[in-house]
Amino acid sequence: MRKTLIAVGVASVLALAGCGGGSEPAKTEAPAQKPAAAASAPADDANAATVTGKVAFTGEKPSPKTLSMEATPACARAHSTPAKSEEVIVNGNGTLSNTLVWVKAGLPAKEWPTPSTAVKLDQKGCVYSPHVIAVMANQNIEVTNSDPTNHNIHPLPKTNREWNESQPPNGEAKMKQFPREEIMIPVKCNVHPWMRSYVSVVGHPFFAVTGDDGSFSIKGLPPGDYTIEAVHEKYGAKEMKVTVGAKESKAVDFSFAG
Amino acid sequence: MSNVWLHRYSVILAICTLFLVVAGGLVTSNDAGLSVPDWPLSYGKLMPVMEGGIFYEHGHRMVATTVGFLTIILAVWLWRVENRGWMRRLGVGTLAAVIAQGLLGGMTVIYMLPKPVSISHACLAQLFFSTTVCIALFTSASWLCGPHVAADSGTPALRALVIAAPLCVFIQLALGASARHKFLGVLPHIAGAAVATGVVLWVTLSVLMRHAGHDVLRKSAVALLSITFLQVFLGIAAYMSRIATIDAPQPMPLMVGFTVAHVATGALTLAASVVLAIQVRRNVA
Repeated sequence: MRKTLIAVGVASVLALAGCGGGSEPAKTEAPAQKPAAAASAPADDANAATVTGKVAFTGEKPSPKTLSMEATPACARAHSTPAKSEEVIVNGNGTLSNTLVWVKAGLPAKEWPTPSTAVKLDQKGCVYSPHVIAVMANQNIEVTNSDPTNHNIHPLPKTNREWNESQPPNGEAKMKQFPREEIMIPVKCNVHPWMRSYVSVVGHPFFAVTGDDGSFSIKGLPPGDYTIEAVHEKYGAKEMKVTVGAKESKAVDFSFAG
Repeated sequence: MSNVWLHRYSVILAICTLFLVVAGGLVTSNDAGLSVPDWPLSYGKLMPVMEGGIFYEHGHRMVATTVGFLTIILAVWLWRVENRGWMRRLGVGTLAAVIAQGLLGGMTVIYMLPKPVSISHACLAQLFFSTTVCIALFTSASWLCGPHVAADSGTPALRALVIAAPLCVFIQLALGASARHKFLGVLPHIAGAAVATGVVLWVTLSVLMRHAGHDVLRKSAVALLSITFLQVFLGIAAYMSRIATIDAPQPMPLMVGFTVAHVATGALTLAASVVLAIQVRRNVA
């Protein structure tokens, strides 16, 4: 089994190396935050509808927890003040960052084209940046290490294949994909146990991740009845139903309580 | 005839093995099991940069390698000098166990902590430590002096009853490993603690009441009783510290300290129960 895996791995590397000279490298999307990161919308539907909204936060704003990076001096040195956990980020306008909003149900059964651009997941200051990303199934994720220290990238999916790979300081970017839809896959670094990120893999392009204004916009939807779900790593998931007609734009607001 | 250096060497191996159990516990508690993604080398090297989780994982490998070499020497030593055939075979068995343990450790890395393998690795570590303690016992001068046999008058027969202690303690250790590696919840381990503590109390008090005047039996029973009380306290402390730090963004030193102490004292509890069982079956007719 191990030999087979090694053989497949070597073959994959050789295949990638062979392709490298003749094709363009995958393009990289800007970090999917600030404000909201949206998937690329299909442009072939003149009647496309839009769902917009925001994810509000009610209750007492939690104070972010301090990360202890003393175990790796290079990590501690990267921050002038102690780094904080990004588990819950409440924006100045009372909204919630890092919330995935996606169309959970209602879309027609069809193959949606996978974007050729890669979504970047960087390790900088010994934290994952962005903290939450979303991609389409089989879309490239470009994992980079901007730190002067080793990291290991270790996603913990339930339905996709688990992997764990090291990445040296300023090492080559890794291109990774997840073939199956799976929401909020935790990604950790076992070298630095405070590092945590979440990758959502969606089977279609209708999703967004809220940024520092807590808003989202899902464009290019075919008219229809949809279930929209907002998912946050700490506060869980909430669903709302919405019906959109041709060229219509509707607002759907979510609210999570602390 | 006693070989004092062989005995001292066996004691050193047992101490190193306990340290290895501590090092392994630190790996799990610091969530560092996969901080080094390759095996048997670490990042393709014999000595990677020792930072973050790599310090715990590679440190564990270094201590394990040391214990492996010490075990090879012990097995060869026993094979060459021991007159007792079963001791020579025990040496070989111990060597086989440490090799199996190393392979299980490698499998946890290569296959990314499959629960059955991780739990087996944890359980074999406890058994291996008890074996090294037994070898230290069997090579001691007091053991080689021979037994001081005492008659057992109570019911149930002590020779049968005493077997229950290591059995229950080992099952309890397996439940603890299952909870630690998220195969089972913590409730079976908590329920198991009540059963194992009850059995240990029953066994040790039976020994103390029936054979208080027997030096070896009394000391063995008191040792097991004391370690078990400490272990129960550490178990409660480990659980409470875990609850208290459950929202922490990373493993906290308080939780890590109590949990690793609980794991190490678990190994001592098993070893003490095995020693008591051996001494009772040797010294009680």
